[in-house]
Amino acid sequence: MSAQQASAGGTVAGTSAAETSTAASEFAIETRGMTRAFGGINAVENLDLAIPKGTIYGFLGPNGCGKSTSIRMLTGLLSPTSGDIRVLGETLPGAEEKLRRRIGYMTQKFSLYDNLSVRENLEFVAQIYGLNRRQTKARLAELLSLYDLAGREKQMAGSMSGGQKQRLALAAATLHHPELLFLDEPTSAVDPENRREFWERLFDLCAQGTTILVSTHYMDEAERCHGLAILERGIKRADGSPQQLMAAMGARVIEVSGEDLRKLKQSLISDANVLSAAQIGSRLRVLVQSSIADPLAWLSPRVAGRALTEVRPSLEDVFVTCTGGRAQLAPPNGSQATIVETQDAR
Amino acid sequence: MLGRIWAVVVKELRQLSRDRMTFGMIVMIPLVQLMLFGYAINTDARHLPAGLVNLSDSAYSRALVKAVEATQVVDFKNRYLSVNEAEAAITRGEVKAVLYLGADLDERLVRHPAFAGQTYFAEPVGQWLVDGSDTVVASTIRSLRQMPLDEIAGRAVKSNPPSFEVVQYFNPEQRSVVNIVPGLLGVILTMTMVMFTSAAIVREREQGNMEFLITTPVRPLELMLGKITPYVLVGFVQLAIILSAGHLLFAVPIRGGLDSIALAAMLFICASLTLGLVISTIAKTQLQSMQMTVFILLPSILLSGFMFPYEAMPVAAQWIAEALPATHFMRMSRAIVLRDAEVSDLQFDALWMIGFTCLGLLVASLRFSKRLD
Repeated sequence: MSAQQASAGGTVAGTSAAETSTAASEFAIETRGMTRAFGGINAVENLDLAIPKGTIYGFLGPNGCGKSTSIRMLTGLLSPTSGDIRVLGETLPGAEEKLRRRIGYMTQKFSLYDNLSVRENLEFVAQIYGLNRRQTKARLAELLSLYDLAGREKQMAGSMSGGQKQRLALAAATLHHPELLFLDEPTSAVDPENRREFWERLFDLCAQGTTILVSTHYMDEAERCHGLAILERGIKRADGSPQQLMAAMGARVIEVSGEDLRKLKQSLISDANVLSAAQIGSRLRVLVQSSIADPLAWLSPRVAGRALTEVRPSLEDVFVTCTGGRAQLAPPNGSQATIVETQDAR
Repeated sequence: MLGRIWAVVVKELRQLSRDRMTFGMIVMIPLVQLMLFGYAINTDARHLPAGLVNLSDSAYSRALVKAVEATQVVDFKNRYLSVNEAEAAITRGEVKAVLYLGADLDERLVRHPAFAGQTYFAEPVGQWLVDGSDTVVASTIRSLRQMPLDEIAGRAVKSNPPSFEVVQYFNPEQRSVVNIVPGLLGVILTMTMVMFTSAAIVREREQGNMEFLITTPVRPLELMLGKITPYVLVGFVQLAIILSAGHLLFAVPIRGGLDSIALAAMLFICASLTLGLVISTIAKTQLQSMQMTVFILLPSILLSGFMFPYEAMPVAAQWIAEALPATHFMRMSRAIVLRDAEVSDLQFDALWMIGFTCLGLLVASLRFSKRLD
């Protein structure tokens, strides 16, 4: 069976499920209350997701926050302890095998064979997906030039750099033109230059209609996503586009510049209205609760005459405000973004 | 389906051809083992180091010692002045046995029927003190118990007509290597087949390849068949090495047809490979799979009839042996290689191995889930 036939068959199967046709046309991934426990501890807790087709959606969070576990449940590698999952209109668990040809998965760790060459690795994947010789040849030529691997066909995968390995892995994961692509921390072993290039390729794929779910712990990567979920200890703390999240953030950002910032930081952080204070070069970035109406006036007596400026919030500020147990409820401003309450508030 | 199995086979062969260590092992394991077992294992003990306590020192006693040495069973390495000294030497492991000849040797000799030729009131002429912990050594020395004494008495050795005549089929010279080489086929194939397959799948899991593979359309059975097929080839290479080296170096006769040997080997290779697959679905790391392989390998060497006759084992051990594919193959390979039997003569063993393979494949594919939990 050829890849084209396979994907055509998959589409037919997806739309023939009549009652799901509306949902299937709008969202690539929908979950309600997705939970996974390991030995009594919830690695992922009550995760609700609605990821529209054709977008790049990010999972942002520290290590161990449940990013990989969520991706494994969505790819059918793990079954959820409870909750409903629909991926490309199919219900999981149950439709894993049907989905195999429609999804691509790039694992966190390089999962191709170190002692096979670039070409041999890709040929293997092509054969697994049932491409014939002619299709394989054409697709390989396409992928090798697209991912800048031409001229390296004979190189062993194990001897390549982090960036090259990552491009090879992406080539392998997208070889069968998946409708939905999962990337688990794809750029953790890659330098910034290669990371930029990599994201260009992701936007190319997205423009061709692929839905992409990417997990990361880099702010700059998260900022590139269309939509974003901030995860902490298995719980979704925030969900929305980066702009919405920044707008809905329950804090304002003031930068203090001057001398002896370390000591100042210690005194400011002890105040409950200060969510965080982080030094950036010769400035101290202070997040003040939005319940304070005029943060500049509130802060000036506390900084001993140092200069103050209010600046635009960054995604990192959003991340800081909604993780670490100091999460705040977003002010009702009509935006779609939601920032979930802290555990204490629940 | 065939395309995906073939993809895995090609991938596996390519990886195997780059893994020089494994490639070397495939050839070296059978060769080295064959040399070791072929030259080293010998159940007829000769030239055991022995000691002598000779309190008589008569002409007869010297003649008797010469006659004992002439049997080549023992070499007298040391002389001791007393029994106590000799016993200490056995404890130290210096000698395996000591011949004690008392001061009254001559008197005992003349009264002994084997010496005097007629029956008097008789006692043994001397005594052997043996390190009996090694049963092979002990039984070898025991064979000296009825040693004829005619030569010492200066008579021609008179031979009693035997009660039975024994005709030794298939191995008239009684060389142990003839029995060992076909048995070694079973041991080496067990070792490499079980070890390679169990490690092969566990390695994919350990190195993270599995997480990618299980999100592709490849099915568990396809993956397993693809992974073991190259090792069938490896098994036949080893079979060829052992049989041809055994034939050329140790003149082991190959009486059965090569087709029968190949068929029996095929059945055994399949059974061993599925055993390896089952292990691979249980083991989490390559080290664990290695330990489980050894767990299978040891009884395959000791209980399969390779070292000790199956018939001599207690019934419980025979039941365990019966469960091991190596036991059945040991029977088949010896029957075919040495006795020119046909596979049709060995239906029970053949059917058993087919059943084992089917059951193993079933268990392995049921246990191998395309999930991580």
